[in-house]
Amino acid sequence: MTGRNLPPLSLHVPEPRFRPGDAVDFADFDMPVAGAVARPEIGTAPAEMRDHSYAMVRVLDDQGNAQGPWDPRLAPETLLKMLRHMALVRAYDERLYRAQRQGKTSFYMKCTGEEATSIAATHALDYDDMCFPSYRQQGILIAREWPLVDMMNQVFSNKGDRLKGRQMPIMYSARQANFFSISGNLATQYPQAVGWAMASAARGDTRISAVWCGEGSTAEGDFHSALTFAAVYRAPVILNVINNQWAISSFSGFAGAEATTFAARAVGYGIAGLRVDGNDALAVYAATQWAADRARGNHGPTLIEHFTYRAEGHSTSDDPTKYRSAEESTNWPLGDPIARLKQHVIALGIWDEERHAAMDREVAELCKAAQRESEALGTLHDGLKQPFDSMFEDVFEEMPWHLKEQSQQMRDERKAAGI
Amino acid sequence: MSDETRTMNMIQAINSAIDICMGRDDEIVVLGEDVGFFGGVFKATEGLQAKYGKTRVFDTPITECGIIGVAVGMATYGLRPVPEIQFADYIYPALDQLVSEAARLRYRSAGEYTAPITVRTPFGGGIFGGQTHSQSPEGIFTHVAGLKTVIPSNPYDAKGLLIAAIEDNDPVIFFEPKRIYNGPFDGHYDRPVQPWAKFAESAVPEGYYRVELGKARIVRPGDDVTILAYGTMVHVAQSVVADAGIDAEIIDLRTLVPLDLETIVASVKKTGRCVVVHEATKTSGFGAELSALVQEHCFHHLEAPVQRVTGWDTPYPHSLEWAYFPGPVRLGEALKRVMQD
Repeated sequence: MTGRNLPPLSLHVPEPRFRPGDAVDFADFDMPVAGAVARPEIGTAPAEMRDHSYAMVRVLDDQGNAQGPWDPRLAPETLLKMLRHMALVRAYDERLYRAQRQGKTSFYMKCTGEEATSIAATHALDYDDMCFPSYRQQGILIAREWPLVDMMNQVFSNKGDRLKGRQMPIMYSARQANFFSISGNLATQYPQAVGWAMASAARGDTRISAVWCGEGSTAEGDFHSALTFAAVYRAPVILNVINNQWAISSFSGFAGAEATTFAARAVGYGIAGLRVDGNDALAVYAATQWAADRARGNHGPTLIEHFTYRAEGHSTSDDPTKYRSAEESTNWPLGDPIARLKQHVIALGIWDEERHAAMDREVAELCKAAQRESEALGTLHDGLKQPFDSMFEDVFEEMPWHLKEQSQQMRDERKAAGI
Repeated sequence: MSDETRTMNMIQAINSAIDICMGRDDEIVVLGEDVGFFGGVFKATEGLQAKYGKTRVFDTPITECGIIGVAVGMATYGLRPVPEIQFADYIYPALDQLVSEAARLRYRSAGEYTAPITVRTPFGGGIFGGQTHSQSPEGIFTHVAGLKTVIPSNPYDAKGLLIAAIEDNDPVIFFEPKRIYNGPFDGHYDRPVQPWAKFAESAVPEGYYRVELGKARIVRPGDDVTILAYGTMVHVAQSVVADAGIDAEIIDLRTLVPLDLETIVASVKKTGRCVVVHEATKTSGFGAELSALVQEHCFHHLEAPVQRVTGWDTPYPHSLEWAYFPGPVRLGEALKRVMQD
């Protein structure tokens, strides 16, 4: 209909609040009160707990005290173990980030600022629950006390790499730790985790699965297919969305954060949704425990949005100062997950600054020793690689003729060329 | 298990294959759109839910990405899923899960995780399905490292190949030529349909047997020219050869990956001529791979350029189906060309 007296249409393209150089002020951040959110019964119908998708479960208050019904009341040794694992993964990240900068591997990704979202969550799961991680959940392996050397061997693609140097650094796989092989394609693990949980339920097992993706990846079709399946079959799965605000250089608005929360994605599917302070290890633990109990009780899946902040770049391949203000990280209103748990255990009187400093030194030493051990097996460019023939293995269970032929061709050509 | 044979069409043979596998191995599950209570839109899974229960044979939401993604997860748990994609034309939303996940899981995890899933999907035209119910996308999958691609051309092979596929520990895409579900189709669309019961390949053992993957079948031995075909086109080739009175050797490839190159090379070295025929579009189609392999391995034996008879490089048209379909006229012309040189 031409000629109608209407204003021209305009397209809304989201824009983050702060860009490089901007002063960052989160004064208008509506800080949720620790302990204020009710804890529903495990079997509560999703329709009766929709508010939980828009609120935020917080346990630790500004003084580091645990508040409210979500306080998981963890034993001191559990709290200190979580703290240690978080410190260890941070030290591990530091070590390997530096190794990448020294040219010892091609790529690295830290989880700085997000440690609680995998460490505390894993502590709330059973060891034999199956984890389908995205690429920033090295904390799961740390929390399951997987050998650091084995992880580093993967990062260095060296002779000790069980994955035979096939995967980019950090794309771990550890079947014995019930840790799925990491894909670089986003959210593909979501329907897989649901399928695993459906299989467990169909077989009358007691194990559940948990899956992680970033808020940016919730835009992928796989995420929505997974939620449909999870809802339809009431799969015993915990669907974690790590909302760290940034997908490389795209802020969460490009995944829909301007319009709603990520936990609210659950509402449309009829899935229980929880939104938690992802920098509060106790809140993450409590939400995961709630979701795990719910899944084990045949009450179905839970979507948990972990509201956190990616304190470092996406990976070693991007420079975050080019697209966001450096002050965002320092002024982040929900603080740092390690500092907050530390404050809590000190407030409980089971920890102090001296012991914390000693622990930091100890985990740094552990990482250093592990790195020494791993580097003895080689780093990416030092020539201690897998045998060339291994490239053709594991494409199929048995090598078909065409791969045998290509393998032979490679050997012949290299021989002819004198290499 | 019985060695006795029963007359089956391809649907019945496929149903029997799944039934037998499910009876032997309780880790096998069937999932897909309409496959449960209804037994599938082509009835390939009829009766299976009643026999094996809803946790082993179940309907799914309409998301192919979800169906394959869930199947990969179930396989990770330890099951052996046999998902159905209702039409091969619908498989594209699942492409990432097939190409980046199922196909590479063994490789990327160095064998820690595998995806022993068999994706059944009806494909091909000749049924007035238009562009969304007629495609032959096998070339997309043969291009992927880590997938096996299987295409039966008759009930006996369909059952034996499907059992072998389900028992295989690698992901298999099992394309079912839907035009020949109920009877072979020789490309003469104006003639009455012949039911499978009139053909020897419909005598299917009731019990368990395998047709090994990677083994082609010489449908008709001959000395003058080799015709490489699979699925529906095997029957078109047989009809054309009979009418033309050419002593052609017709090879039904049955499995595209892994390919039975030995049988192909032995035949072309004998005949010196080769025609490749498939329903899929020409450019970058599997015929290009076959043609390249033949020239690599048989160059000095070739008397004429390898001919390709394929669907045109257009979407599959509805009303002009028979102008698109690489039928007897086009194959006949190609045979003339290859024999003239």
